[in-house]
Amino acid sequence: MAVSARPRQALAVVGVLGLALSVTACGTGDDKKSDKAGSTECAAYEKYQGHDGKKVTIYSSIRDIEADRLAQSWKQFEDCTGIKIDHEGSGEFEAQLGIRVDGGNAPDMAFIPQPGLIKRFVDSGKLKPASADTKAMAEQNYSADWLKYSTVNSQFYGAPLGSNVKSFVWYSPKTFKEKGWTVPTTWDELTALSDKIAASGTKPWCAGIESGDATGWPATDWIEDMMLRTQTPEVYDQWTTHGIPFNDPKVAEALDKAGTILKNEKYVNGGFGGVKSIATTSFQEAGTPITAGKCALHRQASFYANQWAKGTKVAEDGDVFAFYFPAIDPAKGKPVLGGGEFVAAFADRAEVQAVQTYLASGEYANSRAKIGDWVSANNKLELANVPNPVDKLSVQILQDQKTVFRFDGSDLMPAAVGAGTFWKGMVDWINGKDTATVLKGIESSWPK
Amino acid sequence: MTTTTPTLPAGAQATGKTATTAGRVRKRLNSRTATVISVVIAVVWTIPTFGLLVSSVRPEDQIKSNGWWTFFTDPQFTLENYQEVLFGSSSSSGQLASYFINSLAITIPSVLFPLAFASLAAYALAWINFKGRDWMYIAIFALQIVPLQMAIVPLLKFFSTGVSLGGVTIMPAWDLVDEQKFAQVWFAHTCFALPFAVFLLHNFISQLPKDLMEAARVDGATHPKIFRTIVLPLITPAIAAFGIFQFLWVWNDLLVALIFAGGGNETAPLTVRLAEMAGTRGNEWQRLTAGAFVSMIVPLVVFLSLQRYFVRGLLAGSVKG
Repeated sequence: MAVSARPRQALAVVGVLGLALSVTACGTGDDKKSDKAGSTECAAYEKYQGHDGKKVTIYSSIRDIEADRLAQSWKQFEDCTGIKIDHEGSGEFEAQLGIRVDGGNAPDMAFIPQPGLIKRFVDSGKLKPASADTKAMAEQNYSADWLKYSTVNSQFYGAPLGSNVKSFVWYSPKTFKEKGWTVPTTWDELTALSDKIAASGTKPWCAGIESGDATGWPATDWIEDMMLRTQTPEVYDQWTTHGIPFNDPKVAEALDKAGTILKNEKYVNGGFGGVKSIATTSFQEAGTPITAGKCALHRQASFYANQWAKGTKVAEDGDVFAFYFPAIDPAKGKPVLGGGEFVAAFADRAEVQAVQTYLASGEYANSRAKIGDWVSANNKLELANVPNPVDKLSVQILQDQKTVFRFDGSDLMPAAVGAGTFWKGMVDWINGKDTATVLKGIESSWPK
Repeated sequence: MTTTTPTLPAGAQATGKTATTAGRVRKRLNSRTATVISVVIAVVWTIPTFGLLVSSVRPEDQIKSNGWWTFFTDPQFTLENYQEVLFGSSSSSGQLASYFINSLAITIPSVLFPLAFASLAAYALAWINFKGRDWMYIAIFALQIVPLQMAIVPLLKFFSTGVSLGGVTIMPAWDLVDEQKFAQVWFAHTCFALPFAVFLLHNFISQLPKDLMEAARVDGATHPKIFRTIVLPLITPAIAAFGIFQFLWVWNDLLVALIFAGGGNETAPLTVRLAEMAGTRGNEWQRLTAGAFVSMIVPLVVFLSLQRYFVRGLLAGSVKG
């Protein structure tokens, strides 16, 4: 009876497997006691005590090596307070978070990079307002510019965590030195430099906006940067909240100003081809011609530092570095475009609020910054704790009194526009569609 | 009703009749042009996979600066990518080796459960007379059309908040943590697989000769006995075919695993890990080719070793006897 032996085997396999699983489940169940709770290094965590053995789950889009650094940054907090922080990063964060929340399976906390998404979860009643402690801590450490993005209906929902500065132009200090070029500090100098480089036979700018299903976003950053430079910050706010229509002449002016670089065949696209190659060049490799000397300038955020090949020295005297994308009218201050994520909570248990408060603190910002590759607008962050030169520059810009900070506009707009038609519109615009038609198309897609 | 009855004999023992069907097909495919065309198709089909393989053994700076075909003019060979994705030292730089186990722990039960339920259900629908049988079969058949994406949020609610009707709790929340979440994934995959499994096996089982069943009944065999000693051995090819289908589907699945298993390293399968491996901003994408190859090994072995069942199974239920 070979036949009847088979189901029995299968049964045995399932049985063994089940047993193995339950054994491993038991093996990891025991809680680590926080025996260090009384020691001196734990003194800083005194106010977060009293939640030993509790677990807090965090969901974010941060993964790989950055997730490792995140875990490392709150290790001491975990050891001292006994709160276990379970972080999970996913590339499908935005879509998955919605599904999990709708399915009643929300994480305790999420690091949300889009203020628009925070508003959505507030409107559906899923997000819990931050505790008074968290609010006090956040108000101490962050400027009002930042806090307003996580405040909905005058209710505060969470402090910012990491930040990035997007108003940067990447260049090669080595090439600049060889050719005798200087870093431009005004818009006119930037234009003059571009012309000079173009005259020498090299296309000065390189750009790329291909990014999988998010293709187009690097161009939206360009437009936002130009909005801040051609208009006042107030107009920028009206634009992102639909106070003025998307096809307002002021927006058209910004788009055309960006077009003087992005749609100028003399200027782009160094190392790749003509203007249209911008649409098909991936954002990851768009700046790489700089190290090969085929292009001189690449406007991209501070996080582009991770994209350079291994062994490239990113420093003021190295192979590549970034300078501040100059303002057109210096009298209007120093407009800075940036992004960042906010620590929002879906649960209001005491240990969740403790972690939320801790993440808003200066101790946390310094602890995370020391590990590297991280920037925050936290004003308790000490420059000496930021090891990486580009990050240092970012922190300096964020903490500069003259800085007028504005959040990435496409993250503030409704997702249908900010993560939809604005992206697609930019691809069409690069591919040759005229400014008026593109803006009209985006305007008509704004949710009523 | 024609005289070609390929499915049943193919199951019982490979008899001459399948050989003739196969033989006819073979003859037709044997002309020179057909051979040339099929070779061309096979080559074109294989090029991307081949490129992936070549790419996975090239050094990072090469992958990032030029195409895989450069390998032939400027061969640079390294196993660093595999080293990194399989055993990377940082807790998130790969470690596919451990996610491999998760994938197996998800896939094997997710294949066995629907097979067990579906074969029982198919037998009952085909050979036990009860009221509403046909309607039930039609309902199951219709369920195949429902896309699983529609069921995801309700099913997640079912796990996380349980079921209550008018304030009365019918089923409490499952409240699973860590490794226990495997149960959710098994449950989900089983649900999503059942309609097709029942349909496929029902068509197969209902074609077994009636005389066989009647003879068994006359000899005093009960339904369980008939199912175990007559039906199960006869439907092995269909079971194997569906098993392969389901295995490949579950192994390659990202969506269901992402939602029901979560991304924690206790339960996440290879696919979830693979999707995150390129880093927050996609700067480590050179790992993907090696990662893809690691995840392909098992389906490849399963497919190659069971492919004769696969081809037979494709015909399951397609020709009525």
